[in-house]
Amino acid sequence: MSKLHIATSINGEPVEFLADPSASMLDALRGPLGLTGTKEGCGTGDCGACSITVDGRLVCACLMLAVESEGHEIGTIEGMAQGDHLHPLQQKFLEMAALQCGICTPGMLMASRALLEKNPDPTEEEVRFGLAGNLCRCTGYDKIVRAVLETAAEMRGAA
Amino acid sequence: MNEMSNKWIGKNTIRPDGADKVTGRAGYAADNTMPGMVWGKVLRSPHAHARIRSIDTSKAEALPGVKAVVTRDDIVEFPLDKSVMLGIQDMRWMCRNVMAREKALFHGHAVAAVAAISEEVAAHACSLIEVDYEVLPHVIEIEDAIKPDAPILHEWNQFEGKPSNIAGTMVLKTGDVEAGFAEADIVVERTFKTRPVHQGYIEPHACTVSYAADGRVTIWSSSQGQFMVRAMTSLLTGIPQSDIRAIPAEIGGGFGGKTIIYLEPVAVMLSKKSGRPVKMVMTREEVQRATGPAPGSLSTVKIGAKKDGTIVAAKGTFYLQAGGLPGSPLRGPVGCSFAQYAIPNILSVGFDVVSNRSKVAAYRAPGAPLGAFATECVLDEIAQALGLDPLEMRLKNTVKAGDKAIYGPTFGAITFKETVESIKHHPHYSAPLDKNPRPGVKRGRGVASGFWYNAGGESSVQVNITEDGNVLVTTGHPDVGGSRASISNVVAELLGVDHARVNVMIGDTQTIGFSNLTGGSRVTFASALVATSATEKVIGDLRQRAAKIWNIDAEAVKWQDGMALPAGDNAGKFPPLSLKELAAKANEMGGPIGTQVQLNTTGADPGFATHCVDVEVDVDLGIVRVLRYTAAQDVGRALHPAYVEGQIQGGVVQGIGWALSEEYLYDAKGRVDNAAFLDYRMPVCSDVPMIEPVMLEIPNPKHPQGVRGVGEAPIVPPLAAIANAVHDALGVRFYELPMSPPKVSARLDAAG
Repeated sequence: MSKLHIATSINGEPVEFLADPSASMLDALRGPLGLTGTKEGCGTGDCGACSITVDGRLVCACLMLAVESEGHEIGTIEGMAQGDHLHPLQQKFLEMAALQCGICTPGMLMASRALLEKNPDPTEEEVRFGLAGNLCRCTGYDKIVRAVLETAAEMRGAA
Repeated sequence: MNEMSNKWIGKNTIRPDGADKVTGRAGYAADNTMPGMVWGKVLRSPHAHARIRSIDTSKAEALPGVKAVVTRDDIVEFPLDKSVMLGIQDMRWMCRNVMAREKALFHGHAVAAVAAISEEVAAHACSLIEVDYEVLPHVIEIEDAIKPDAPILHEWNQFEGKPSNIAGTMVLKTGDVEAGFAEADIVVERTFKTRPVHQGYIEPHACTVSYAADGRVTIWSSSQGQFMVRAMTSLLTGIPQSDIRAIPAEIGGGFGGKTIIYLEPVAVMLSKKSGRPVKMVMTREEVQRATGPAPGSLSTVKIGAKKDGTIVAAKGTFYLQAGGLPGSPLRGPVGCSFAQYAIPNILSVGFDVVSNRSKVAAYRAPGAPLGAFATECVLDEIAQALGLDPLEMRLKNTVKAGDKAIYGPTFGAITFKETVESIKHHPHYSAPLDKNPRPGVKRGRGVASGFWYNAGGESSVQVNITEDGNVLVTTGHPDVGGSRASISNVVAELLGVDHARVNVMIGDTQTIGFSNLTGGSRVTFASALVATSATEKVIGDLRQRAAKIWNIDAEAVKWQDGMALPAGDNAGKFPPLSLKELAAKANEMGGPIGTQVQLNTTGADPGFATHCVDVEVDVDLGIVRVLRYTAAQDVGRALHPAYVEGQIQGGVVQGIGWALSEEYLYDAKGRVDNAAFLDYRMPVCSDVPMIEPVMLEIPNPKHPQGVRGVGEAPIVPPLAAIANAVHDALGVRFYELPMSPPKVSARLDAAG
């Protein structure tokens, strides 16, 4: 099967690549695009490690075809920090030890950012349901939930 | 330890590998590629149990794009009659687990592998390999595997003079257990069942391997020990260890499940045959079908006590489910189940049972949680029968310093009693609990305790001072949960420099001395110990150099706050020399500053935990929810408290999954039916509450900073604590896990 030419935008920059029609967005990101920050935990949309945004909406990259990115705005973990300036969520995850092995962390951060963009003042329960699609096996979620709540408070204060 | 400053030990510093991990830059095993690389894929058995008569790879080899095919003939065979041990692993079983030899022993067992120009071509080639299987009757459950007429997995394995699926036993005893029961006022004996559960690390196994034309091999892979990868790969391929360089990638979780290998020897042989670097990554389905898990268990525990709650005798019989090849962690339940109590008469027996499931791997306190499930539920029942508070009953029987453990040693300074007391006095334990909050909902509270051995072992470290006066520490241990942060705290503290000036790296097998696995709750204990020793040597060297510059004795120089100072007025008056100044002069004053220390560390005293949990049961739906959880643990000293808390919180949530939702489901043909995270139900964020850790910091006197291992004890009590809470809620006791909604509903329906 011949590959298709795709023109899209990733982290605000124009990108062109060739994709097998059956390739997932996750395969494209981690393969030809070289953006390995997006992780594969399950390939079935159950763990959230490959969370990206498509036009601002949170999506599991493993459940999306690469060709579907044509003409859309894709956001990945590589676009979260601005230069050496970490996003407040990234900074708070570091300060509050909200990561252990770190494999779920990129997806967890993408999901947390999407959550806070929709709901800047979430309750603990809203954070827990907002991140329920992202598995973490190390932390017991406690420090992640606290980091998201704390970041939300700080970002509201700063706004 | 330098008590004067204590600026970094016990502080929640930012981990040295943190920025890379939150920006997606950290290099995990599946992130690596090599020029000219091809892809490896494994053909796996579709049968639970089948003799392999022949394997024909000719069609696969003829497929365009295929570069190599390997089978059992390419992996070193270890004959059945002689054990070859590497740590706790027997190579007879490892070689047969990595690639099926005489038989496929479980659904998903590796049978052959292909390297090709893409994953798709490799997968297609796998489908062209013709395996002539003689399908055999299979057996999945322990009860079935130990029946006299059970299908026998290994005809050569004998137990009590007959072919058997019991592949090993372990017995510990002390006193006279029958005489002990005769003294008891109350004796309770119950049988418990737990299911195999997977370690559930989010990162699937992956490696990239290059076999060069001169026979030297580079392995980049995710594991809990690069030296284990090197040694096992060497044994299974016949390549000398000195020709294998194992480079540890960042590891995306292990929990014991990455203390053995699956892909590396296969990838090495594919690379050797193809002349190309080979990358292999398991799918989640492969991880669930063919790696781990912890064993399932069938346990009978009998405990006898006096009216006042004093335990006089205990007997445990633990059948563990090894999977298709022997190797259950018998010392978990046999040694740990009664270890936290001072019991004069104990008989504890374990049986290693093979059945047609994937071979077990270590999982956090291997075997201990399922033993504690049985013991701690029986204790709960006895306490109730005697009308005693369950914590009071435990307090009456706790082991203390000077007591001899059933598994051999005499306990030193331990803090088990304090964990029970801290739960007893915690506001959680006395908080009012509305047992009937709304119609159809019941609430209950439960407690349980647990024990884990902890460990020391081999550890190497280098401490090097850079020319600009900063510090680089290289350890031999993969960092699973933040150990780099703890080690940098220790080195910064001892050297008296800012934490941010100490960077900690993980060395590969050619850059750092031998270091054993990250596992057994040993790494922070062992690596802090060798890092202390190395840093003290470096400080000694720095003092000598300052002494040389000042032309005084090294004894007249002290090291304080990152500087060499004259030790008192008699030493002379010299302005202090900072680490930076000494580093700048290093090469003209004796050469580079740095050292390596390698030790077989000892003194890792065990860990104890006591947990308290509130649950809510939806009586109509059978759903058990955890409402509140408090976990007290003897941690010795927390070098980095937030990561110690994280270990406790993570272990507890894994225990909640074990108790309430996780299990393997098999179809009638013995095939795994729930090999995806959708159906293999690990706890998600909305399933659990905040977990409150109570860290009891009474320093381990055998460690320079007082460290005790912490990673494993937290998973030991939750199974029983939750079962005890469910009993408190419903008045119904569950002897089988998981207490998942269908099972809870069925049990409540049966109870009427």
